[in-house]
Amino acid sequence: MSDPARQARALALLFGGLVAGWLVMLNFGALGAVTWRAEGLSALRGSDWAAVRFTVLQALLSAGLSVLLAIPIARALARREFAGRGLLITLMGAPFILPTLVAVLGLLAVFGRSGLVNQMFEALGFARFNIFGLHGVVLAHVFYNLPLATRILLQGWAAIPAERFRLAAALGFSGRDTFRQLEAPMLRDLVPGAFLVIFLICLTSFSVALTMGGGPRATTVELAIYQAFRFDFDMGRAALLALVQFGLCAVAGVIAWRVALPSSLGGGLDRPVQRFDLGARGLRLWDAALILAGALFLLVPLGMVILRGAPYVAGLPAEVWQAAGRSLMVALGATAATIAMTLALAHAVLALGGTRGAVLEWLGLAALAASPLVIGTGLFLLIRPLANPRDFALLVTMLVNAGMAMPFALRLILPDLRAEMATQGRLAAALGLHGWARLRIVTLPRLRRPLGFAAGLTAALSMGDLGVIMLFAEREGATLPMQLYRLMNAYRQDDAAGAALVLLAASLALFVVFERWGRGRAGT
Amino acid sequence: MRYPLFAAVAALTISPLQADTLVVLAPDYFGSSWGPGPAIKEGFEARCDCTLEFRTGDVLPRLMLDGARTEADAVIGLNTDMTLRARETGLFAPHGQSLEALTVPVVWEDDTFIPFNWGYTAWVYDSTRLETPPASFAELLEREEISLVWQDPRSSASGLALLLWVDQVFGDQAEEVWRNLAARTVTVTAGWSESYGMFTSGEADMVLSYTTSPAYHIVAEADETKAAAIFEEGHYFMAEVAGVLEGAANPDLAQEFMGYILSPEFQEMIAYGNWSYPSALPREDWPEVMRDLPLPEVAIFLDEDQAEARRSPALEIWLQGMTR
Repeated sequence: MSDPARQARALALLFGGLVAGWLVMLNFGALGAVTWRAEGLSALRGSDWAAVRFTVLQALLSAGLSVLLAIPIARALARREFAGRGLLITLMGAPFILPTLVAVLGLLAVFGRSGLVNQMFEALGFARFNIFGLHGVVLAHVFYNLPLATRILLQGWAAIPAERFRLAAALGFSGRDTFRQLEAPMLRDLVPGAFLVIFLICLTSFSVALTMGGGPRATTVELAIYQAFRFDFDMGRAALLALVQFGLCAVAGVIAWRVALPSSLGGGLDRPVQRFDLGARGLRLWDAALILAGALFLLVPLGMVILRGAPYVAGLPAEVWQAAGRSLMVALGATAATIAMTLALAHAVLALGGTRGAVLEWLGLAALAASPLVIGTGLFLLIRPLANPRDFALLVTMLVNAGMAMPFALRLILPDLRAEMATQGRLAAALGLHGWARLRIVTLPRLRRPLGFAAGLTAALSMGDLGVIMLFAEREGATLPMQLYRLMNAYRQDDAAGAALVLLAASLALFVVFERWGRGRAGT
Repeated sequence: MRYPLFAAVAALTISPLQADTLVVLAPDYFGSSWGPGPAIKEGFEARCDCTLEFRTGDVLPRLMLDGARTEADAVIGLNTDMTLRARETGLFAPHGQSLEALTVPVVWEDDTFIPFNWGYTAWVYDSTRLETPPASFAELLEREEISLVWQDPRSSASGLALLLWVDQVFGDQAEEVWRNLAARTVTVTAGWSESYGMFTSGEADMVLSYTTSPAYHIVAEADETKAAAIFEEGHYFMAEVAGVLEGAANPDLAQEFMGYILSPEFQEMIAYGNWSYPSALPREDWPEVMRDLPLPEVAIFLDEDQAEARRSPALEIWLQGMTR
């Protein structure tokens, strides 16, 4: 290895190490502080184990179904060109960035007792159906996560080099051959990771699971943590439950890591993909039906949120707009932090490689399994001896959001960075490109798409985040989601609907701006 | 010459800091312009010649995390179901007020906590969807076609109130009652706002809320279709309380604030500020909309020791009834 290369590696490890340090503090330091404060762990109850069982069951079903449905939808979207395709893909991503409460209200407006579907059923003389129960939990989680799964897989399809499809056409591949030779290896690479991320998101679900689950049968571990904190003030039990949640995350992480196989499709010259195998009429209808069904499922509830809130946006109190501005700042700060931290961590993962790299990668995902309540309380306890935590409310929110968004960003950026290293690494090394120059000239242009997507996701997610701020914020520091809850808690349902629409619009706008930037064609 | 000049500058810079500031820990809803916070601040500052500063958030967890290091002088907005744990922190001092003015429907002799508003939990319905509401909890149990949405007692104060309400009214039969309710419960939500939102958008016939909830719809929306079903067995009493902290930097000011809470000025305002009954105002002086609402005749109330004793066993019974 040449000297500059060695230097670059050392830098990657240094920055990656710093990020890893922050993640360790966020995930385990906070948990440790809570445990220490509780003076030890206390025992779990029978009902806690029931919560663990339900949590795992619904997370497995939700993640499985999300990924399973995403495969045909992403496949159809990937191989068809039509007017408005880009806009449709962007909009279909929206449910994932909705604040969960807003998403649930939108879903109920469609699938609830007096929702659109039941009204239609009634008009047609069918019996009404009940959405609440395990199937309701899964429906809500699929609504929420199908967009993410679809987008992750779409990236996978986009990453199959155009040359492979040309070769496939030249070799006279049937649709099944193309799937087996080109698409299946890509799926084998990406599906375990997508499944893992969604499984972890569903693992920490609390309010959605309870509301859609129809009662205490649908108790999740996160609700048990909340109960331990708020109603029993048993921090020891809260900490133990948080540990259980981490354990589940670790097991899922190891399984996904063992199952995933890096695809070996090799690099290409980044030509636009041309497909020669899609003329059949039946196939066209099939793809159109899939896209339509996916779009209806994801977009109608969004439309209901818009219709419900639109009349009240103009009359919103000034402080809602101030809060929106504050949330915007937090979102932008969190985005910058996430992108910087993710790039550093991803480089370190690749520089280390092997098991050590995998451990680092897992650390990047771990925040998904961390309980926001435990993180918030733990950081509060950690900062308290040094300063007044409330002076840092927005900063802490920003950094915690960055830690929470990193799992998605890492999932998106790491595969492409790995591919970039594999396909361009030797050329770059031969040209003597290292460090910053290499990052600027080779890496960033090639990562533009996942970077834009990751930035859009982070910005939108932290715009709608309610997590830690509740414990830290003062009256002046309210964010938009906090104001939304305040309005709802003061009976002001109409204003709350208006604020929800503002939140939806702001999140979507942030997402679109970053994502559009990412889709600008890289100049190779 | 230099010394007096320095003194003058120092006096100018220090004097704003010396103006008395009362720091009050309050729930999040005190922080918004549409909550009771701004009116209380204005009213108290007009009489105390001081600055009133609300620190809003989750009151009890904050107090427990901060412990004796809290910067607050007083606390407002604790629920009656939290007073025991708040008391056990040992952070509170006597409020020093005479409680003669109190008009709450239960005996209140607490020298630490003063109720500043109160209410009854109740099942609220929409008269356009449910013409004749049940007149008793027993009738609600018989009318199994009525769908319900309510709050989880493990995460919500009103949900906990329902838990204790059923426990008190039905005792040994509580598990049966929960099984009955579970059969037509649309869903149980983590907080009150989710339930209430689902009720107003037509997901259920009745929602667990408060007897005072209809007042909001009447005043703010000129909507008279929402009403609370009044039950013969009585309703569970809940109050929100305030107290003075032992380590207050301004104990006198904190006591003065307690006095202000019991004053007619504060009491007349709280009904609109928080959509609940005033705690120290005769019913004839209540705002008209509150006075006109039907008022339950029987108050069911557990003091904090009884409530704490019943909480865990009642929760076990609830889980049994709801999940089997």
